[in-house]
Amino acid sequence: MSKFVRKKGKGSQKINTASLPDIVFMLLFFFMVATTMRETEVQVRVTVPEATEVKKLEKKSLVSYIYIGRPVAHVARMYGTEPLVQLNDKLVNEEGIPFESIQDFVLFEREKLPESDKNRMTMSLRIDQDIPMGKVDDVKQALRRAKALIINYSARKEYREQGRQR
Amino acid sequence: MARETPEVNGGSLADIAFLLLIFFLVTTTMDIDTGITRLLPPEPEPGQETDIQVNKRNVLVVLLNRSDRLMVGGEEMDRLDLKAKTIEFFTNPLNDPNLPVMEDTEVQFPPGSSPLLPASGVWRGKVSKGVISLQNDRSTTYGKYLQVQNELVAAVNELRNDFCKLYFDREYDDLNTANPVDEEIQEGIRDIYKMNISESEPKNIGGLN
Repeated sequence: MSKFVRKKGKGSQKINTASLPDIVFMLLFFFMVATTMRETEVQVRVTVPEATEVKKLEKKSLVSYIYIGRPVAHVARMYGTEPLVQLNDKLVNEEGIPFESIQDFVLFEREKLPESDKNRMTMSLRIDQDIPMGKVDDVKQALRRAKALIINYSARKEYREQGRQR
Repeated sequence: MARETPEVNGGSLADIAFLLLIFFLVTTTMDIDTGITRLLPPEPEPGQETDIQVNKRNVLVVLLNRSDRLMVGGEEMDRLDLKAKTIEFFTNPLNDPNLPVMEDTEVQFPPGSSPLLPASGVWRGKVSKGVISLQNDRSTTYGKYLQVQNELVAAVNELRNDFCKLYFDREYDDLNTANPVDEEIQEGIRDIYKMNISESEPKNIGGLN
């Protein structure tokens, strides 16, 4: 019995947790600032290729996204497994070339930008690496026709051993 | 007076903060968008001549066929050799009559920006008239196409970077476009090494399966 009493008497030192909320708040603010909410659900599977010359895409507000890839499982049940085009959050499920949809999409996105930025609109093409170029060419032609000429081929950074050397 | 305001219990503050923290942890996506930015050629005006006659020696045809094989200037080539080939094409170091014409050009840089330039800042030298024509089949895979694009862009970037290092002693990427002097330097270098990569109208090139 005396063993227990002794233990209780000694006790373990309590850690002061008064600063815990501060630490947690700090982390919280960090994540709040770093977070970009995912606005769109990507309904096609996209694995972008790797490239060495990639640059960061500045000014997110100028960027609209075009995804090209094979549909994910639950979409494939409705639309089949052929490559599809997704414009921001809207899936284009037309047969063949979605010229009209892309044109409308470009107009709509351009309308959202302030007057000074209208000609700096960037189209980020997030295209799966296994998609045949035919589909990509169609989209590029549609973008040309809609006068959305600044495009960005989305790619991951590739690090090469003998990268930049003589 | 002060005694009358009751103290708020702050014990649950940490719990609330934790809850929010976990929410943001879960919803955060930290992916930064990266990619290769290119400019599409504008749609030709109706009636505009689309077939511009270019001297044959000024064009390097880069062809990707439907089985993703690469052909450069008439011979098959590995992707990793393309960059060196492109640099040779754009600089024509030996004055080869089969490589592009090098045209005497003057380019204005900000005065006094480089010890290798005269005080006026005018650079005199030869600028290539070469154009790379990138052609692909409808069945070429996009991944391969982008890799080839990447090599071409890499070649031009390297030329620009080398020039920038030689004349201005810094990396081309470190030029700050918000600074007017740097911007002028960048524009000057861009005039010397143009990103002359033309993408042809899509067509079927075919090739072996």
